[in-house]
Amino acid sequence: MNYLDNILAMRAELLVVAQIIFLIIYDLFAPKTAGKTIDFVSCALFLVITAVGFIPQADVEAFGGMYLSSPITEIMKSALNIGVILMFLQSKMWLNSEQIAHKRAEVYILVLSTLLGMYLMISSGHFLIFYIGLEMASLPLAALIAYNKYSYNSVEAGVKYILMAAFSSGLLLFGISLLYGSSGGAGLYFESVRALAIPSSLTLLGLVFFLAGMAFKISLVPFHLWTADVYQGAPTNITAFLSVVSKSAAAFALMLVLFKVFPALFDYWEYVVYALIVASITIGNLFAMRQKNMKRFLAYSSISQAGYLLLGMLAGTAFGMTSAVYYVLVYTVANLGIFAIVSEIENRTGKTEISDYNGLYKTNPYLSVGMMLFLFSLAGIPPFAGFFSKFFVFAAAVEKEYYGLVFIALINTVLSLYYYLLVVKAMFIGNDKITAIARLKTNGYTKTALFIALAGTLLLGLLSCIFAYIEDFSFGLM
Amino acid sequence: MNFLYLFVIIPLLMMGGVVLLKSDRAIKIFMLIGSGVLLAASLILLPLFFEARALDPEAAMVMRSDIMWYEALNIKLSLGIDGISVLMIILSAVIVFTGSFVSWAMTEQVKEYFLWFLLLSIGVFGFFITVDLFSMFMFYEIALIPMYLLIGLWGTGRKEYSAMKLTLMLMGGSAFLLLGILGIYFSAGINSMNILEIAQVHIPVEAQNLFFPLTFLGFGVLGALFPFHTWSPDGHASAPTAVSMLHAGVLMKLGGYGCFRVAIYLMPEGAETYTTLFLVLTGISVIYGAFGAVVQKDLKYINAYSSVSHCGLVLFAILMLNQTAMNGAILQMLSHGLMTALFFALIGSIYGRTHTRMITEMGGLMKIMPFLSVCWVIAGLASLGLPGLSGFVSEMTIFVGSFQHDDLFHRVLTIVACASIVITAVYILRVVGKILLGPVQDKHHEALTDAVWYEKIAAVTLIIGIAFIGLLPFLPSEIINDSLTAVISKL
Repeated sequence: MNYLDNILAMRAELLVVAQIIFLIIYDLFAPKTAGKTIDFVSCALFLVITAVGFIPQADVEAFGGMYLSSPITEIMKSALNIGVILMFLQSKMWLNSEQIAHKRAEVYILVLSTLLGMYLMISSGHFLIFYIGLEMASLPLAALIAYNKYSYNSVEAGVKYILMAAFSSGLLLFGISLLYGSSGGAGLYFESVRALAIPSSLTLLGLVFFLAGMAFKISLVPFHLWTADVYQGAPTNITAFLSVVSKSAAAFALMLVLFKVFPALFDYWEYVVYALIVASITIGNLFAMRQKNMKRFLAYSSISQAGYLLLGMLAGTAFGMTSAVYYVLVYTVANLGIFAIVSEIENRTGKTEISDYNGLYKTNPYLSVGMMLFLFSLAGIPPFAGFFSKFFVFAAAVEKEYYGLVFIALINTVLSLYYYLLVVKAMFIGNDKITAIARLKTNGYTKTALFIALAGTLLLGLLSCIFAYIEDFSFGLM
Repeated sequence: MNFLYLFVIIPLLMMGGVVLLKSDRAIKIFMLIGSGVLLAASLILLPLFFEARALDPEAAMVMRSDIMWYEALNIKLSLGIDGISVLMIILSAVIVFTGSFVSWAMTEQVKEYFLWFLLLSIGVFGFFITVDLFSMFMFYEIALIPMYLLIGLWGTGRKEYSAMKLTLMLMGGSAFLLLGILGIYFSAGINSMNILEIAQVHIPVEAQNLFFPLTFLGFGVLGALFPFHTWSPDGHASAPTAVSMLHAGVLMKLGGYGCFRVAIYLMPEGAETYTTLFLVLTGISVIYGAFGAVVQKDLKYINAYSSVSHCGLVLFAILMLNQTAMNGAILQMLSHGLMTALFFALIGSIYGRTHTRMITEMGGLMKIMPFLSVCWVIAGLASLGLPGLSGFVSEMTIFVGSFQHDDLFHRVLTIVACASIVITAVYILRVVGKILLGPVQDKHHEALTDAVWYEKIAAVTLIIGIAFIGLLPFLPSEIINDSLTAVISKL
């Protein structure tokens, strides 16, 4: 394999790098008055990258197996791309605000660098690349979280996040070093760790630290304590990115590593993942019920959603992987749809409490109906895509006879319906004419984002071809 | 194209029409026409069904058609009907038709109201025409969620509490049900979600014993199985009239139909293991519901508890696992669907005039609104089982069938359940005596008017149905018997 092939294998990463460089140069030389065109340019360029991502790619490896790319990793990257494009589209209001407007290009650049790190995590064939990807994905995020630098909460959230990220990276790195020790110096290639992954106490200790580090990133209970504060403090559009793209990237990476490297230790990580699922779903739901703030509410809801996603992973089958990837896709469109509305309302009126949504239907019927459909999709109500994705993760788990776990998860869907309905109730039944949010006129970018999210929420479930397409490339424990 | 698709397509088109129309009046007229078309389609279905049945007398279901949907789990959109589903479809169409008439008085957010109402009916119709576990479950859930907003927005009394309670309890039921369905699918091991195909194989007994109670409970919650019936009184009492009608008249039948079609048909041995437990629970439903109705003062609560009692009888009869009792159960579903819808329609009309549903605050309505009162008496007599009306036929069949078992347990339980007839007479006659007869309680009531055209049409349609089953019971009974054979042969 020559050098050019190596380069072409990494087409997704290279395109993102190209866009980053282009944006840096463009930002330097573009006249300050033309600042707003950068939104259009970034979105358009990224749309192209997203479209290229859909072109199928064969199994390739580059740099001697350090970088692996296969159709399923490309699908995962496309799922992330969809999340990023939705996030870009809905950020316009925020970027136009006074304190941010002059540094809007950096938002795109930082988000894209984060995305680049996530790509590397997903495509890694070596723990070092994996770790570099992980760090690349976290550091720019800290800057983004603290982007509203005059806001006390935003800065606090940034600091919290960077401390948490450093700590969890430490855990992860410690786990990796233990794995390196247990492999007897054979290197950190996935292949070589896999070959030597026997249930010795050293390997298991390494695995546990690795899992703990990843659980921090996905914010699974009991590693979730940073989530609500950071989500609340961060600018809402960055919260959207954190709760969807960042979380799903870490989940994808974890799934790939567990499936590729540790299939032999399934009997051991099964218990850990089992416990993480039960804790995340239950605690996430119980805390979400008590929240008054929309962003904290969505933080806890996303914790419990991540638990459902892991159900597919726990099954360890190709069907399980399909259902998990599909779950992420459905979650991405629904959750970003909600965030589009939440950020629109926050950026226009500064309101983020659930009680502020009282009577929203009277003043903003379209936004309310959209929000309701997204919430129903998250709750798993047919005919929206969430129903199908939940059904498939449950099916994957029942196939492996996790009856008790599925039962707990199902009871939790009822709990989650309760708090999703509380928001619906506020919008439709709550009738507060005095404080209701006035009629908003959303801009074209947000409208596009909402339209894409709505189309996804309606069609991903009803059209079965997407699920079948993912299934063609999924694999089970190898 | 399969004729059955119409039952989903017509409501969908109606939803489109309701969205496009501007004025409230136009929407209401459009709804009357559309629901009339639905009713006509359901009546046309009957000869079509006979024709298909004549061609294929052996098949469990006719008018079958499959569309592949999700290949991974072999999920298909499978349609098919037998005699029982035809009757259920007709019942639903009648209730949707009369419900649209009763909703003529609706003034608030008319467009949204009818959109949700139509979505609810899509769920109901979809459930009865499909034979695929996944599609059935999907339509079942589609029918649940509109209830929340219908009750929460257009309801009365403690509507937000009731709406939330109803939605969560029914969703809890569907959580049991989903696990049951997935369990059936994987333990049958033939990679098929089609009920008819699963019925061909024998599910291992251990799996049946695990999944039968889950499935039965899941549907049973909707069928008001004790102790999961508590959503029903609150929900029905708070819901707007047409929604109460549809919910008590049709949606609760989804529970009975599902127990029968999924739980018992696919897992007969599981059913035999658990009959004792569930018979006792349903027996409690029957008696407790009736006693509950006796002590209530609110008309809607009385009728809701009476529904618990009558729907309990449906499940009770299904669990007797013999042909006569099951036939009675299906007849009871039809009969209860019609008469409870009539009751709720009348309660809606009376409440719309007197602005109270408390029986202590009303009296002598027979003089003031004779038409409504006479209808009430007819519904009451049907409910307490007067021969010539539907209640007699169905309850008679159920108790005869139940008593056929020659063991002591079944017979004692049957006798206990029979006592509900007497208690029913108590609460029906008490209400008739209190509100229809006697002196007028409130002077203002004397100025009230009798039923108007849309109320009359609704009431008369329902009474025709009740009298039809009461006078010609052999017609529905034959259709039912023909379709029961498939289930009975598995027991």
